[in-house]
Formats: sequence, structure tokens, C-alpha cells
Amino acid sequence: MSVVTNTTTIGAIDAPSRRNTELMLLGFAVAVPVLAYINVGLALDGKLPTGVLGYGLGLGLLAAVAHLVVRKFAKYADPLLLPLAVLLNGLGLVMIWRLDQSPRLIQRAERAFGAFTPDAPKQMLYSAIGIALFVGVLLLLKDHRILQRYTYISMALALILLMLPMFFPARNGAKIWISLGPINIQPGEFAKIIIAIFFSGYLMVKRDALALASRRVMGLYLPRGRDLGPILVVWAMSILILVFETDLGTSLLFFGLFVIMLYVATERTSWIVFGLLMSAAGAVGVATFERHVQQRVDFWLNPFADETWAQSEQIGQALMSFGAGGTLGTGLGQGNSDLIMFAANSDFILSSFGEELGLAGMMAFLMIYGLIVERGVRTALAARDPFGKLLAIGLSGAFAIQVFVVAGGVMGLIPLTGMTMPFVAAGGSSVIANWALIAILIRISDTARRPAPAPAPSPDAEMTQVVRP
Amino acid sequence: MNKPLRRIAIFCGLLILALLVRTNWLQFVEAEELNTHDRNRRVLIERYASERGNIIVDGKPITGSAKTDDTDFAFKRTYVNGPMWAPVTGYASQAFGANQIENLEDGILTGNSDQLFFDRTMGMFTGDKKKGGNVVTTLSGAAQQAAFKGLGSKKGAVAAIEPKTGKILALASTPSYDPSSFAGYGASDEKMWNALEKDKDKPKLNRALREVYPPGSTFKVVTAAAALEHGVVKDIDADTDTPEPWKIPLSTQPMKNHASGCENASLNQAMKVSCNSVFAKLGDEVSRDKMVETAGKFGFNTEQFIPVRTSVAAYDKTMDRGGNALSSIGQYNTTATPLQMAMVTAAIANDGKLMKPYMIDQLEAPNLDVIEKTEPQEMSRPVSQENAQLLQKMMENVVDNGTGGNAKISGVKVGGKTGTAENGFNNKGTPYAWFISYAKTGDGSPVAVAVVVEDSEARGGDISGGGLAAPIAKAVMKAVLDKK
Repeated sequence: MSVVTNTTTIGAIDAPSRRNTELMLLGFAVAVPVLAYINVGLALDGKLPTGVLGYGLGLGLLAAVAHLVVRKFAKYADPLLLPLAVLLNGLGLVMIWRLDQSPRLIQRAERAFGAFTPDAPKQMLYSAIGIALFVGVLLLLKDHRILQRYTYISMALALILLMLPMFFPARNGAKIWISLGPINIQPGEFAKIIIAIFFSGYLMVKRDALALASRRVMGLYLPRGRDLGPILVVWAMSILILVFETDLGTSLLFFGLFVIMLYVATERTSWIVFGLLMSAAGAVGVATFERHVQQRVDFWLNPFADETWAQSEQIGQALMSFGAGGTLGTGLGQGNSDLIMFAANSDFILSSFGEELGLAGMMAFLMIYGLIVERGVRTALAARDPFGKLLAIGLSGAFAIQVFVVAGGVMGLIPLTGMTMPFVAAGGSSVIANWALIAILIRISDTARRPAPAPAPSPDAEMTQVVRP
Repeated sequence: MNKPLRRIAIFCGLLILALLVRTNWLQFVEAEELNTHDRNRRVLIERYASERGNIIVDGKPITGSAKTDDTDFAFKRTYVNGPMWAPVTGYASQAFGANQIENLEDGILTGNSDQLFFDRTMGMFTGDKKKGGNVVTTLSGAAQQAAFKGLGSKKGAVAAIEPKTGKILALASTPSYDPSSFAGYGASDEKMWNALEKDKDKPKLNRALREVYPPGSTFKVVTAAAALEHGVVKDIDADTDTPEPWKIPLSTQPMKNHASGCENASLNQAMKVSCNSVFAKLGDEVSRDKMVETAGKFGFNTEQFIPVRTSVAAYDKTMDRGGNALSSIGQYNTTATPLQMAMVTAAIANDGKLMKPYMIDQLEAPNLDVIEKTEPQEMSRPVSQENAQLLQKMMENVVDNGTGGNAKISGVKVGGKTGTAENGFNNKGTPYAWFISYAKTGDGSPVAVAVVVEDSEARGGDISGGGLAAPIAKAVMKAVLDKK
């Protein structure tokens, strides 16, 4: 449209797209892990690692593809989310590659399985699939509100995903896996997103009923009995996951996610009180008869006790790992975090960062996660539709809870649960699902910041032109 | 909908904040505690991560460090002539920890000590691999060899000191063990360790420093020193008015003498033939508290740190008169380590000045720069110079004309004292044959030595002390003299 014909008063000024900011940040997000990669190689072998070119190009390529897609299809998206995710993904790859070269872990794998297979190439592949999914989401999902149509399909899908692991054998004490031949999928990671979609759709419709039809008792608005139905179903589901899949983390994540979204949808504090009471009752109830949960609590309270040590050294080793890092860390490639042995590069990868990058590195790491959550919440605030708001806060809330549950568990702040640190831990499901999560947040933020389309020039425009004297 | 969103934002912020606080707590506040935790394998990994420095005797290392292909420990400790030097080095085992010098100077040996900070920093720039520093000991290879060979298959210990400085020259203990045999953490190491732990002869016990024996008649030199210092005896050749038999105070038992000619014997004579009655009576006349005072000045009743900790040699502070009389001849509640008796001998040989015994001469950085040197230090003056010379005269008389004839060395003045200590309930235990001695040349005394042999044949008088222990003492003294 020409300047002359522009007579509207809103949305005329093109909001800055911030794509160049994103590109610059992406430069850093690729450079930092590449330097870290070189650092690991120098520390371990004393020479420039041969894979650095491949690694740098691979990560750079993935970042470039993601950036170009965002530039083309989500022009107004938040500029921080993509670089932060690339940075975490890149550093995760470096640490997995570093642990692949640990003689201790190689020896352990050879003793246990007869052979050792490095995880870094696999993780690179998963990252590529993750970015592909990211691109796919941005290409196919032109508007996040389309997801609203699939509210009840999402519910069914989430239920299936969550129930499936029950029928597969437990791996390492937790039934959170679906094993299809050589492929192992952790459906909980995907269910996290799908269930957030379901809650958003459901709550958007029911929020008025849940918020307004309530009785006031002792200063709290209590929901009507019939409105309690869905929340009880979700609660029961969390408990079932806990009991049958012995998966504390996922159970906590879903219930927390639901309470957050319910609170945001209804603006009623009573739901929080209600939610906390129910989760407390559930947790205590299950802990009294579920040995697995009791054991986790025991390990957490006495990580160095003889009985704990005989069964699992992991938490104690992780704590000593953090201690060994001290303020500035031992330097990449120079720590002994591989003493954790089992799951050193997945659930416990954070302690490797803690040992080798120290307190300084850990603070930076946690701040990066904090920033992702902050950008998510900001997206929720900026979103113009309730569904977008709910979905954005649901996804970022789930992300925050997951980070807290995993990092808190590894650092001995809360009992350990079997979940992985988003983006850095080895494991396909986690990295792929989290790329999808970021893609949805980017889509919502793009919709939120996109300037309103200028109304089509009205045929009457000529008539209202100012007549110059 | 934005108000609850903001609250959720704060909630998420609090979650992250909790993690930030926790990581500060772990990595800053608790770090030290976690780093020194018993379960922390990093302590051991660090200990064996780089080539461990050596313990050095006569300029040659008595330890080594061998490269391994283990994933946890890059190096393993080795020992040159392990059983002979074990009482000096201690052990450094990947599975069973470390003790003695290996433990006390671990910081220098691993290169982690703050004293080596400068070297480490320089190493960062020059690209040198981190290496441990050396611990140079005061020991003499020849003296140690003589002591270890002399003890042979017998059970016992030898401690030798240079009286002028307090430098420890020999520290042998048998039966011994080879610290190389359990330096690793494999099955054979564990088997060896368990076998040593179960061995009834306690080969891991450092008898020279950590075993206390009743010193028997060798303690009589302390009693003689107390009698001279406190004016009970003024002339060593004067009669002591000792009846035969002499009754132990508060008891009807007479004090047994193995020697004859003790009635009214002079101090010099009593020392020569080792009269129990004379010394028991002198100890009684000196009185318990003054005996405690003199014994204390010789080092009794305190732990010594050389820098390895020794057991406490004891002279009971609370016993009755009868007990004091018996203790004055080195029985009853009196106990001593071989090192303690070597200190007594050294103080007398050094004209009454007791030098603090030490076995670490200097600590060296990996580039052989001296980081720390131990200077000889006076510990106390248990006897005056005149009295020390009187004691020397009596001890030389013991060797020249008395029970210590086996320690004679031609061309050198040797002073000594024999002893046989009874042991156990009703004295049924294995008796101990003792000998303490010093050699003296024109410019003072280069060596004082104490030998103890646990031997079932050592009965009946002091002959066994002179027969079993004196030749070992002689060999050690000769080894030191020949090197001069």
C-alpha cells in the first residue's frame, strides 16, 4: 500500500521483527559450543579435535535452517528462544561427546554390554530430527489456534501415550518407555505438550463455569461438585502413573501443569490450595505403600549412608561432582563426573556441567533455562487470545517444573525422579519433544507480536480525502 | 488473565531461584566437605593422577611410581627394598589409603600442596606435566641395612639417632611387610592386605615408633640420671648403702638381683652389673614425682612427632612407692618405644642436651628446589653436662668391663646398657632383650641406638640383652662410623 492511501490509525507502523538480533545471538549460540568442543579436545588429547569442523558445520547448519524458517514463516517471533535452545543443545552435544571419551564409562559399557557405542552421533541425529520437527511445526501450524480443534483428540492421545509404558517392561526401575525393536521412546516427553494442548482447549471452554459457579467457604471459592470431575480425573491419572509406572517426575509434572493452567484460566486461588492439598495427599498416600517412592526419599535424605551406597551411589556421586567443581570448575574434559557411571550423560548430565564448569557455569546454565521460561511467560502475556495464553503458560510452566524437578533431584534439593534435562541430556525423545515445544512457543509469540493486518483499503477512501485548500 | 500469569511467572522465578541457591550451597558452602568426603574417590584419583614424588635416602629414591593402564589411577606406588624401608615410608595403597610419610607429606608427593603452588602455576605456562615433589629423609642407608639385617628373622626393632642434631639414622622393625604388595586395588592386593591384617606377628606394626615395651634395665640410666640431677647420688663411686636383699616398700617382697655383688654397690658398679636393688632403692629415694620430672625431660609421657606420631612412652605419675621402686628398674608400669630409649641415649651422648628427633631433612619441589628444610632443634636438657659425662663414664664402663662387652668397637669409645624386660602376667610372656648404646669419636657422638628383640630365649639376667641386642647395635654404630 502506498503512503498516500494509508489513512488508518492502528497497526500502521511495522513492528521490528528482531530477526537480525536472533541471527546475531545464534552466532554466539553456535560459537560457544564449538569453542567448548575445541576445549574438550585440547583437554583430553592435547590437540585440536578432528571432528570440530563437522560438529561446527552441523550445529551451524541446523541453526541456520531453523533461523531461515523462522525468518520466513514466523517473522515476528521472540528472538531469544531459538538461540537459547541452540546453545543448550550444542553444549549438551559437547558434554555427551566428552563423556563418550571417558575410559571409565567405556570400560563399564564393555563389561555390561560387551561393547561401547558412543552417544554423541546419535544425539546429533536426534537434534537434527528435533530441528526438522521444529521446522515442520512452523510450516504446518500457521496459527496456533488450529490446535484448539484437536482438544479431545489430544486428550485421547495423551492418555494413550501415558498409559502405554505400563505394558512394556520396566527399564532401570521406571516404566516410562515404549520399546519398539531398537527404538525406545519416552512418551512422557511428548505427552507433556499434547496434554498442555488439551488443557488449554478444555479450560478455555470451561473457565467461566469453573471460575464463577462456586461457593464461598471460609474466604475461599470452592468449586461445585460437578466441576470437580475433570480435576479429579487428572489427579487420579497422576497417581496411576506414579503407582503403575513408578514415575514420580512425570506424575508431578502433569499435576503441576494442570494446577498452573487451572489457576490461570479461572483466576481462583482456591484451585491452587485445592491442587496442593490433593498432590500432598496423593504423594503421602502413595509413598506409604509404594516402595520405589520410599526408596527415592531415603536416597535423597541419606545419600552417603551405607544402605544407600550399596544400592545406588548416583546421588552421592552427583553431589561430590558438584562439590569438585567448586566456584570455577575443573575445566571441560578434566573432571571426574563419570564416576556417576550409570546415566552420567542423561539424567545426571547436569552434574558433569557442575563439575567441569563450576558454580559459575551452573549459574549461567540455570539462567539460560530461566530465560527460556521467562520468554515463554512473556509470550503468554503478549498473546491476544486465551487459548494462546493458556498454551504458552502451560508449556513454559511444564518446562520450568521439569527443569526444577530434574536439576533439584540431581542437586539433592528434592528426591530424584527419572526425567531428563531439556536439550542437554542424551536421549532422543527429550530433545525432539523440546524442539517441538519451542516451535509452538515461537509460533504463539509470532502471532502475538505480529502487527494487526491493515484493513483493506475501503472503496470509500477517496471520498474522505482531505480536501486541500 | 494477566494477573495470574504474572504470579505464575514469579512462581517459576522462585523455582529457578531455589536451584540457584542450591547450586551455591553445594559448590561453595559445602564444596570443601564434599571434596574431602570419605566416599570421594577423587581424593585417591588425584593422589595417583600424576607421577608421585619420591622419598629419598642418601640421595637415592627408595620409592618409585609406575605407569599403569588403569582407568582410575594412572600411576601406582612402587618401593625399593620395601620391607626394609616400610617403617620409614609407610605405604600408599590405591585401595587401603596411606600412612606415615606417604600420608603426612601427601601434598608434596602428589604436588598438590600449597607450598608447590608456584611450581604448578609455572607448569601451566611451560606445559610441564604435573609431578610430585620429593621428601628427603635423614636416614642412613648403611645404618638401616645393618639394623634390618641384624634383626633378621627375629622380632624386634631398632632406632638410631644422631645425638648432635636429632636426625634419625635408622628405623627398622621386623617382621616387616612389603608395601608394594598391596599398592594397587586388585584381588591380589586385597588378599595380601587381609593376610597382613590377620598375621599374628603384626608385620604392619611399626615397632620402632608404635610399640611400647617395658624397657627393663636400660631404664636404669634414666634412674641414674635422676639420682644425679636431684642430688641423691653425688659420687658415682661411693657406696649406696643398699642392703642385700632390699625390700620393696609397701611390700614384703625382696627385690631380686640377677647379678652378684650388689650389696652396698656404688652407682658405677651397680650400673656395670645391673643391680636391681640399687636402682630400685635410688628410684625410691629420688621419689616418684622427681622421677616423673626427669623421665618427662627425656621425652616420656608425651607423643613425639618426627613428624610421624609415636606412641607415648610412659612413666606412671600416680603409682605408689612400691610401684615407683619397680618402675625405676624399667618394669611395672614403665613402658618405652625403641625411639624413646634411643632419645635417652642420645641425650646422654650429647652431654645432656636432647635434640628433637626428626626424619625429614627437607622437602623438594619437582625441580629439586628446596621448599622447606628442617633445622635441628633443642627439645630439653634432662641432665647437666657434668652429670651427662658421669653417665657416659658409667655406660662406657658397662661396655668395657660389664654386661655390654659385645658392643665394643676398637678405636672408638662406646657406652651402652643392656636390659632384659619381663613381660606379661606373672612374667610368662615373651621377654624382651634390650640394648642401648652410643659411639663417641673425637668430635662428639655420631650415633645413639636402641635395639629391642622379642625373644623367648631371653631369660636370666642381662646376658640376653648383651647377647642378642648388642651385636645389632654394634653393627648399626659401625655402619654409621664407617661412613664418616
